[in-house]
Amino acid sequence: MIKEKYVGYLKRLWWLAVLPLSGCKWALLDPKGQVGIDAKSLIITATVLMLIVVIPVIVLTLYFAWKYRATNTEAVFMPKWAHSTSIEVVVWLIPCVIIVFLGILTWKTTHHLDPYRPLDHEKTPITVEVVSLDWKWLFIYPEQKIATVNELAFPANTPVNFKITSDTVMNSFFIPQLGSQIYSMAGMETKLHLIANEPGSFAGISANYSGAGFTGMAFTAIATPTDADFDAWVAKVRASSKILDADSYKALAEPSQKHPVEYFSAVRPNLFAAIVHQYMGSKKIPVSDEPAPNEGMKMGEKMDMNHMDMSSHSAAEE
Amino acid sequence: MSTDVMNDPHDSVHKHEHEDGHDDHGHNDSGPTTVFGFWLYLMTDCILFASVFATYAVLMTATAGSVSGKDIFELDYVLVETFALLFSSITYGFAMIAGQKGSKGGVINWLIVTFIFGAIFIGMEINEFHHLIVEGYGPSTSAFLSAFFALVGMHGLHVTAGLIWMIIMILQVSRQGLTPQVNTRLTCLSLFWHFLDIVWICVFTVVYLLGTL
Amino acid sequence: MFGKLTLDAIPFHEPILLFTFAAVALGGLVVVAGLTYFRKWGYLWTEWLTSVDHKKIGVMYITVAIVMLLRGFADAIMMRSQQALATGGAAGYLPPEHYDQIFTAHGTIMIIFMAMPFMIGLMNIAVPLQIGARDVAFPFLNSLSFWLFVSGVILINLSLFVGEFGRTGWVAYPPLSGIAYSPGVGVDYYIWALQLSGIGTTLTGINFLVTVFKMRAPGMKLMQMPIFTWTCTFANILIAASFPILTAALGLLTLDRYLDFHFFTNEAGGNAMMYINLFWAWGHPEVYILVLPAFGVFSEVISTFTGKRLFGYAAMVWASAAITVLGFVVWLHHFFTMGSGANVNAFFGIATMIISIPTGVKLFNWLFTMYRGRLRFTTPVLWTIGFMVTFSIGGMTGVLLAVPGADFVLHNSLFLIAHFHNTIIGGAVFGYLAGFVFWFPKAFGFTLNEKWGKAAFWFWCSGFYVAFMPLYVLGFMGMTRRLNHTDNPEWTPWLYVAFVGAVLILCGILCQLIQLYVSIRDRKQNLDLTGDPWNGHTLEWSTSSPPPFYNFAQLPTVHDIDSFTDMKEKGIAYQRPEKYTAIHMPKNTSAGVFMGGFATVMGFALIWHIWWLAAVGLLGLFASLLSRAFDNDVDYYVQPDEIERIETAHLAHIKQA
Repeated sequence: MIKEKYVGYLKRLWWLAVLPLSGCKWALLDPKGQVGIDAKSLIITATVLMLIVVIPVIVLTLYFAWKYRATNTEAVFMPKWAHSTSIEVVVWLIPCVIIVFLGILTWKTTHHLDPYRPLDHEKTPITVEVVSLDWKWLFIYPEQKIATVNELAFPANTPVNFKITSDTVMNSFFIPQLGSQIYSMAGMETKLHLIANEPGSFAGISANYSGAGFTGMAFTAIATPTDADFDAWVAKVRASSKILDADSYKALAEPSQKHPVEYFSAVRPNLFAAIVHQYMGSKKIPVSDEPAPNEGMKMGEKMDMNHMDMSSHSAAEE
Repeated sequence: MSTDVMNDPHDSVHKHEHEDGHDDHGHNDSGPTTVFGFWLYLMTDCILFASVFATYAVLMTATAGSVSGKDIFELDYVLVETFALLFSSITYGFAMIAGQKGSKGGVINWLIVTFIFGAIFIGMEINEFHHLIVEGYGPSTSAFLSAFFALVGMHGLHVTAGLIWMIIMILQVSRQGLTPQVNTRLTCLSLFWHFLDIVWICVFTVVYLLGTL
Repeated sequence: MFGKLTLDAIPFHEPILLFTFAAVALGGLVVVAGLTYFRKWGYLWTEWLTSVDHKKIGVMYITVAIVMLLRGFADAIMMRSQQALATGGAAGYLPPEHYDQIFTAHGTIMIIFMAMPFMIGLMNIAVPLQIGARDVAFPFLNSLSFWLFVSGVILINLSLFVGEFGRTGWVAYPPLSGIAYSPGVGVDYYIWALQLSGIGTTLTGINFLVTVFKMRAPGMKLMQMPIFTWTCTFANILIAASFPILTAALGLLTLDRYLDFHFFTNEAGGNAMMYINLFWAWGHPEVYILVLPAFGVFSEVISTFTGKRLFGYAAMVWASAAITVLGFVVWLHHFFTMGSGANVNAFFGIATMIISIPTGVKLFNWLFTMYRGRLRFTTPVLWTIGFMVTFSIGGMTGVLLAVPGADFVLHNSLFLIAHFHNTIIGGAVFGYLAGFVFWFPKAFGFTLNEKWGKAAFWFWCSGFYVAFMPLYVLGFMGMTRRLNHTDNPEWTPWLYVAFVGAVLILCGILCQLIQLYVSIRDRKQNLDLTGDPWNGHTLEWSTSSPPPFYNFAQLPTVHDIDSFTDMKEKGIAYQRPEKYTAIHMPKNTSAGVFMGGFATVMGFALIWHIWWLAAVGLLGLFASLLSRAFDNDVDYYVQPDEIERIETAHLAHIKQA
């Protein structure tokens, strides 16, 4: 009887068994893009470096606590011993040395993994303009002159240059298996460079809470096996009857939750720039069919956030 | 609000220890302690101003297609305002000197003069704000104007709080005389008043002078 | 007449809230009835609410902190259960509009209304005693700080039953927290609750800095202050330097929301990044405000219970100083993903790592304090060892997040959540709970039950690991924070484990409540007659437990860091002075209670746009202040015969024990 009862309990704990098995599904430790692979190796290197201090501290804590317990009268007792220059030197020096190594590593990798740095690759990158809306992602392909909602595609082994903005509150554009994320902010253009090393479809999310529909703000990033497959995908989008002009954009920008995938076979020219521009230091200028007044100038150069330029809002005023 | 709070030497614990001769406490009487506390308060206020200054510096050029500082600031007018405040600092200094001489009437008279200069400053500031808002350059026009009104207005609120405090001190001096407690409060208000003067110099330089360049 | 406030604001349709309200109302009624029945209103008013005694204010702070811990934990267990239930397409039981308020309230409450008051409460109880002072520099201001904090507590709890709380996350980033995207009163509750209590905290910081710099016992040099006093002093420096930034940020957000200003809006040139910078310029020092005093508690506990001097006292002080300074130049690591340049990110990343050097030194110093000691495994020691192990891990994951390249994939994920709970629970909260057991006998005169205290520790500690290690894993699996529901079968088991962890922590909290009950019931057996139950090192243990309201009949003269140990060794502890002299003390005052009350009214009125009532609140605040300013009857002398009576009784107790 008792045995059966315990078996019953154990059966209810089935999910514990799943834990170790699911190890291979850890998105960040199973990256599919170069940026993610570099981030993973950075995480592992940094962790190992720190464990050099952390493990001895934990072990010594438990060991000293045990060895110098009050009941152990065998151990040496030196109640007035409170200073030792050599120990002090060592305990300052060890963390310092580790941090020097970690600092150098940080300096190098921060530049290498800077999301603004174009990836080194022989293939010409493709450009995708990303707009976070309440609560969905709009992807505009300026070269292909198409747009999609909540579905993103690009050929594997081809660098993708993302230009990112928001037409609502702040979100964060993130495809965990490919690597870095970056905020999307109204009136700003942030940049991100990613690549998929192998084909597949990857979960994409917003990694910054943005209101009621935030949880459903997911998209799929498809890395197609070949360029031809990508072209086929583009053709599929072009087959859509919908186009993205000022009116349909306005309708799209209205808040909606768990928005289905949508394709637009054509896009109003310079829509992305107009979306950025409507918040740039001026009163809100709604996105209209007429190109915005200052659109001629190269906004990206002025607007990029490379130098923490907090006054960038005003750039368009000059 | 926090400015008013400090207006009160609630540190009465050790106040009379010296006079009563059983001061087994190594430290001094309450006056210097209160003044030291007030200095610390001023430092926190300084950081408050610094935060708003930083915000102003960031948003200075965010004019949203509306006016910039160049278009709306009248340096002459602000210079008069500035001198009113500077004079009030000097006259407050005279009040403190009168206090050291033990002249109750002198303190009250100089405080009244200081109050008048301070009131002129505030009056002129309200007038400036009023004009700007009437002309359609209120704080909701642009981030720049928001920052301008907030920074200058915050200083103005501090000065107003100082003026109210000054009225209270005039009443206390006339009713209680120059007791040690009243003197400590006068010293704190003096620090506050000079502090606001210094902040205004920064406002004048950063907002008005740089803005009209 | 009532602004935005209508009957609709009361959530009759929310069964959870209604039930909570009924429970709170019932509990309140019981308390009121009990106070009336036992005729304790007068006692409560004159001995506690209007008290300016730092010890009593400290006790009140911690009482409120424990109540708010229960509230914040209720939020936590609701979040964990929602995430455990809402998997595989299920919606769970908390829709976003409710769930989003819960995680916002959880963060705000745990940081501002649980951790802060717990820390300030311990500081209030211990610091003046440790430096041999009779009270803080400005006792009335101390009472006012407390009541301003309480008005924030009242407002945040009112938001449960009248209207709503913010749905922005505890950081309240605009533009989401702006009027365009959060038109309700939730963010206003957030703003005024934080603003009022924040001003109180600033005043506390100033008050304790003056106390420590001006009121130390004769002979006590700065480098002889007890280490807890030192870490509190650094925390107070951080408070004085960083809370005004929060005041400014919230003030500007208020202008945006109330008067159509454009600091942080999308429109008219506003710049939300400025808020994020200001917020973290406060927010990062804030975490050191929380953790430094906890470090101080661990130092006191470990040196007391090993019966040794603290190893490397000077290094400890300088390490704390380094943390204080560096704490101000790392705020940008909270938003590497904003897209600053690589140089900027690398600078802030490396600056953050440098903080781990003094922190590491502290860990080593605690280690070497145990070395060649005689460690007694009391509850505070268990918390300390649990902390040293847990915090090492939390520190490591923190440094990992400080590497921008790693942060770009870990930012905002559950890895981050696991990290900061690892440091705040495993660092700050463990420290406060250690301090709670450590100084409890000092505050109340009897020790806490060890058995239940140890049970609480083991539940808390194991619960922490079971609850948060899965979150590290989920972070690696790409799960971001603040999700209402999930649809990834790989995540589900880990979310179950995390929920089990939360239940374990609940058991820990229950053990502590039982511990309190049992200890109060058996207090007669656990009386602390000497005032020195642990063979302590510092001056607070030289007084009776609880100390007389004037703390020290005669101010002690200090010659050593461990000044009380020094006295005991020289045989001059518990000496009766030749004669007692009158002691000058502040009178209790109701001004603080009234000002807190009017501040609450003003805050509530501003939240609901009831302008006339806001004016009433403001005028009331001003009038209370004015009446205090014109009140010269604020102090009195304790006569030598009364002191003699109290001291004689105490010395007799010591002889007995």
